[in-house]
Amino acid sequence: MLSGDPLLSGHIDLAVVLIVLLKVVAVFAFLLVATMLMIWFERKVVSDFQNRVGPNTAGPFGILQTLADGIKFFFKEDLIPDRAERRVFILAPLLTVVPAFLLFTIVPFGGDFSNGHDGSVELFGHTTYLQLADPAIGILFALAMSSIAVYGVMLAGWSSGSKYPLLGSVRASAQMVSYEAALGLSVCAVVLTTGTLSTHGIVVAQAGSGWGGFIPHWNLIAAGFVPFVVFLLASQAELNRPPFDLVEAEQELVGSYHTEYSSIRFALFFVAEFMNSVTMAAIIVTLFLGGPAGPALLGPGWLWGIIWFLLKMTAFLFLFVWVRSTLPRVRYDQLMDLGWKVLIPLSLGWLLLLATFWVARDQHWNGFVTVALGAVVGLTGYGLLKGAIATSKARRLEGVVD
Amino acid sequence: METVVFIVSALIVLAGGLGVVSSRNPVHAALSLIATLFGIAVLFLNLGAQLLAVVQVIVYTGAIVVLILFVMMLLGVDREEDLETEPLVGQRLLAGLIGLLFLGAILAIIIIGKDAIVTGSHSVTGAISPTIANISQIGTALFTTYVFPLEVTAGLLTIAVVGAVVLSRRPNDLAPIPEPESMVDMGDEPLTAIPEEGAH
Repeated sequence: MLSGDPLLSGHIDLAVVLIVLLKVVAVFAFLLVATMLMIWFERKVVSDFQNRVGPNTAGPFGILQTLADGIKFFFKEDLIPDRAERRVFILAPLLTVVPAFLLFTIVPFGGDFSNGHDGSVELFGHTTYLQLADPAIGILFALAMSSIAVYGVMLAGWSSGSKYPLLGSVRASAQMVSYEAALGLSVCAVVLTTGTLSTHGIVVAQAGSGWGGFIPHWNLIAAGFVPFVVFLLASQAELNRPPFDLVEAEQELVGSYHTEYSSIRFALFFVAEFMNSVTMAAIIVTLFLGGPAGPALLGPGWLWGIIWFLLKMTAFLFLFVWVRSTLPRVRYDQLMDLGWKVLIPLSLGWLLLLATFWVARDQHWNGFVTVALGAVVGLTGYGLLKGAIATSKARRLEGVVD
Repeated sequence: METVVFIVSALIVLAGGLGVVSSRNPVHAALSLIATLFGIAVLFLNLGAQLLAVVQVIVYTGAIVVLILFVMMLLGVDREEDLETEPLVGQRLLAGLIGLLFLGAILAIIIIGKDAIVTGSHSVTGAISPTIANISQIGTALFTTYVFPLEVTAGLLTIAVVGAVVLSRRPNDLAPIPEPESMVDMGDEPLTAIPEEGAH
């Protein structure tokens, strides 16, 4: 009942336990290697954007640079500041890493979805999905994990016993709580379109060719582009990646929450940050781009699942790095305005519009009238919001209110 | 298996609850509260109420306690507090008595219902029908049977939001609320809280 995976629905014997263990080890190793490569990839691509060489000494193309850095971190002195709150200071990096690992457990990273297959593969005589867990609540688990990820950053800043980290903590908590709402609402749109919360179900709903036989049936198109754009922006803010990295903001807050950290504890923050980038790319791919679904060109179908998944994920990781090296950091008021006055109303309005269309399709309403009414209500809402924002700005400028 | 999970998470819940009331530092108390809420989420999972478990984590652990911590950090009330003096005289004695009363009531229930000692009868939070997914049952119930309470709650929340906005945007001609004494601007230093006498 905890899982939609056919592996766990039958009798659970030793082989099943071993397969689950194997999947745990495989996901763990994949995540670590992917994080290591992501750090290298980001440094390399950013240095290309900035017209310099980047890491090039350790291994071919400097690919082992992260490994070398990691080993170096292990041998650095571990400092705990005098005014730090010791127990929380030690706990905080672990609170950052654990949700980062748990987030990936629900991501389908492979499987045969071509030609109407449902993505299950044969593993040692058992049928299973290529994902660690497929709980019925699926994607809500991801939201839960990303909402508790804020604790690591917040507590690290607070427990450091110093000013800049504390400012970073306050920023982190405000930012993450603000953008969670937009994130959740755009996930709602996907759930509404696919009709399931399970990540495997979401991928199955997007598999196969949709319109015209060659345009894929991705939620990117099926849910309209708006939820995708909102999710992409909100996920960058949740990850504290540039241009929304006000939590770290080296120039203002000297790195903020990790200022006082050194050695392996700093490395844990660093790893968690990049691991979250990898996982968020994987979740975007799952929600909007059909995850591992794709045509099998030649050879076994399950292999193509993994290849499509990795290709799509890498494209998004490149996009993240591209955005980082192109856009300057937003101001704090811009960040809050974008979250509360643009993304949340936009995703909420779009969700209502999508729901209306689904009801209209069920009840066979007149399509033209539905679209026209939806547009009128949407525009009215937009006008009201605009009016309210303009009024509040005018009143603030007049000095009537603080 | 169910019993083992219940005992472990119940211990976490109880330890967290004890931590909330006995921590000298408010932030430690908030952390203990997180442990308690997580334990309750696991208890929900154990009963098959997956949606409630996740909502518990998203709403309580992920939003409400974050806001509690946010306010504590923003206002600088995160210093150690004296637990020796009672705010109300006789408060602890009364709390102990009432606690004992509740313990007695629970023990009485356990003794009366001999057959299911640990978790009692199967929970009403679990799935009503094993074939339909939990979440669609909850959704159907919310939007058919309980649609009026749902809408009333939505109205209540809207009123609360509007009220918060009105209260936070005071007109300028009102007298400003004085700064709390612990927050004093010390010249060119950033705004810091002065240490209270006898703290630490």
